Amino acid sequence: MAHGSGGLMSQQLIDEIFKSAWNNELMEMLDSAILNITAGRLAMSTDSFVITPLFFPGGDIGKLSICGTVNDLVACGAKPLYMSTAFIIEEGFPLSDLRKIADSMAATAQEVGVKLVTGDTKVVEKGSADGIFINTTGIGIIPEGIDYRPQRVNPGDKIIVTGYVGDHGLAILAQREGLSFTTPALSDCTPLYQLGEMTDKYGQAIKCMRDPTRGGLATVLNEIAKQAGVGIRVKESSIPVSEVIRAACDMLGMDPLYMANEGKMVMFAAAEKADEILADLRKLSPTINAAIIGEVCTEPTGMVLIETELGADRILGMLEGEHVPRIC
Amino acid sequence: MSEISDYRQQLLQAIQTEKATVSLMEVCGTHTMAIAKSGIRELLPPNIKLLSGPGCPVCVTSQGDIDAVIEMARQKDIVLVTFGDMMRVPGTYSSLQEERSQGADVRIAYSPLDALRVARENTDKEVVFLGIGFETTAPAIAITLEQARSEGLSNFSVFSLHKVVPPALELIFSDPNINVDGLICPGHVSVVIGVEPYEILAHKYKKPCVITGFETMDILEGIFMLLKQIKQGDAQAEIQYRRVVKREGNLVARQSIEKVFKPVEARWRGLGVIPDSGLALREEYESMDARLKFNIPDMEEMPIKGCACGEVLTGKINPPDCLLFGRACTPLNPVGPCMVSHEGSCAAYYRYTPAKGRG
Repeated sequence: MAHGSGGLMSQQLIDEIFKSAWNNELMEMLDSAILNITAGRLAMSTDSFVITPLFFPGGDIGKLSICGTVNDLVACGAKPLYMSTAFIIEEGFPLSDLRKIADSMAATAQEVGVKLVTGDTKVVEKGSADGIFINTTGIGIIPEGIDYRPQRVNPGDKIIVTGYVGDHGLAILAQREGLSFTTPALSDCTPLYQLGEMTDKYGQAIKCMRDPTRGGLATVLNEIAKQAGVGIRVKESSIPVSEVIRAACDMLGMDPLYMANEGKMVMFAAAEKADEILADLRKLSPTINAAIIGEVCTEPTGMVLIETELGADRILGMLEGEHVPRIC
Repeated sequence: MSEISDYRQQLLQAIQTEKATVSLMEVCGTHTMAIAKSGIRELLPPNIKLLSGPGCPVCVTSQGDIDAVIEMARQKDIVLVTFGDMMRVPGTYSSLQEERSQGADVRIAYSPLDALRVARENTDKEVVFLGIGFETTAPAIAITLEQARSEGLSNFSVFSLHKVVPPALELIFSDPNINVDGLICPGHVSVVIGVEPYEILAHKYKKPCVITGFETMDILEGIFMLLKQIKQGDAQAEIQYRRVVKREGNLVARQSIEKVFKPVEARWRGLGVIPDSGLALREEYESMDARLKFNIPDMEEMPIKGCACGEVLTGKINPPDCLLFGRACTPLNPVGPCMVSHEGSCAAYYRYTPAKGRG
C-alpha cells in the first residue's frame, strides 16, 4: 500500500493518529496491556460497529463504539474501567475522517473515565470493507452485592425507560435515506456511566437493566419476559416518544418501540423504590425524560402486552424480519 | 390531547351501543395495521365486524407477476431496485431476497428517484425499478420516468405492477359471496382520486363509503359515519379525512398518471383478472417498459397450496381461519404475501392480536 493522496495507506500514520488521540500510561508498546484490578467480579462485553453513515446527527461511529460497550457494562451494574479497540479499515479511507473518529472516541472515553489500553488496526483492500469497522471490548468491575440478571425480575416490579425511544434508529434512517424533517432527528448516542450512581444508591432495588439498542424497547421487554418467565404490561401513553419521532414514524409506517436507541436504559425496579429512582433519574441530563411505563405481572408468561391509547390490550411482539418503511 | 382522547372515547361508546349486525371493510392496508395496532377490533361489539380488504399493494401482487420479476432479476447486468416490502414475498420457487443471496443485484429504495441515481451511477448496467402501489405511488413513478427521459437515461426502465383501486372495490361490491355493508375507504389513495369514484360505487351498489384517515380517532369517526348512514338507509360517499382529502382529489397527480400510464387488465391475487385495474406504460414510454425491453413473458399463475391469501384479501375469512396461519406461515417464514407485507392483514393479526384471537 502506497503513501499519499490523503487516503489511508500507511500503517505508521494510523498508529500516530491513535497514539496521539488516546495516549495514556497503560498504552505501552507491549504485546498486551497490563492492568491492575482490585479483587471482585468483572463484567466483560464486546461489540462490533459497522454503521452507515459513519457520521450522523448526534454522533459518529467512534462515539458509538465507546457508548455501545460502556452501556452494555453499565447494564450489568459494572463500572467501566478499560477498553480495547480494533479497527478494520478500507484502503483509501480518508485520514481526516479517521482522525475525527479517533478524537471522538478519545473524548467519549475521557468523559466516561474509561481507559483505552490496547488496540489493533488492519487495513484491507478497497472493496473488502465498507469504510471502517470498529470493535470494542470493555471490562468493568461490578460492586459487591450487585446482581442485575433478568431472573431477579418479579411480578410487581416497575419498568422504567430512561428517556425518549427511537431517536437513534430514526436519525440513522433519515441520514441514510436523505429524509429531512423540519426538526432534525438527532441520535441519542450517549454513554450512560452516570447510572453507576443509581447502582451505588439503590443497589439491589434495581432488579435488572438492559440497553434497548437494535430491536428497540419492544425487543428488550420481550427478552426479559422470556428470560425471567414473567408477563409484562406497559401503557402506550406512558412511553416517552418525542414529537419528531412520533410524526416521522407515523409518516413512514414505522414503530418507535422497535427502533434502536444508543443512550437509553430499560430498568426493572422494586415497586417501593420506583418513584424515588425515577425522581433521581430525572435529575441527570441523559435521563431527564425517564418514565415509568408499566409493570411486571405473572401472566401471560413470556409475553408483553401493551395497553393502547384507546384502552385495548394488544401483543407487543418481537420484531420479525427487517423494519422497513412502508410503500404508501 | 385530552380533548382528542375524550372524543375518541365518546365515538367508541357510540359505536359500542349500536345493535345492528354490520360488516364493514377497511380497504387499505394502512388501515388494517392501524386498526390492529390501536386495538379497535377488540373493542367493537360482536355485531360489528371489520373485514380487511385488498388494499395492500404487495399482497395483491399475483404469484405470476412475482415470478416474472424474479426471472428478470436473474438476467445478467440488471440492477433491480425495489421497495423493501417486496424482498421477501415468495414467488413459486424463490423470492427477491433469495435471488440477491444467489448473486442477483437487487437493491432497496425508498423512492423511485433513488433508482434514477443508481442508473446514473451505473451506466454499464440496466437499472429497473419495480413499480408497485396504487394511485398514491404511481404519480412519483410517472415523474421519475419523465425525468429519466429528459436526462436521456437509456439504461433506466420500470417494471410496472401498478394497480388502481376503484375496479377492485366494484368487484367486491358486486360479488354475492362477499358480504360488505360499507367501505372504510383509503385516505392516501383518495388524496389523488378524490371522492367521485366512490360516489359512483355508492350509488350503483347502494352501499355507503367513507374516506377515512389513519389516526385512531379518524378510524372511529369513519366507522361511526358509516353506521349512521346504514341506520338511515343512506348510501353516500363521504369524506371523514377532510384535513387532507379534497373532493376533487389531486388533478396534477392524476394528469401525470394519465400522461405516462394507460389502464390495462391486471391479475390481483385473490380477485383474479380485473379489467382496467392495472397501469402499463403508454406507447410513448415503451422504451422504458422493462417487460418489453427484456422480453419478459407472462408467467403462469401457480397458486400456493393451502395459502388462503385470496380469501383473506376479499374479507371472506379472517387470517386466523387460514390453516397455515401462525403454523407454516409466520412473518419470519411467510408463505403468502399477506404475512410478508407490513400492511398485510395476516401480519397485522399475527403481530398484534392476543393469542386467544389467533385461533
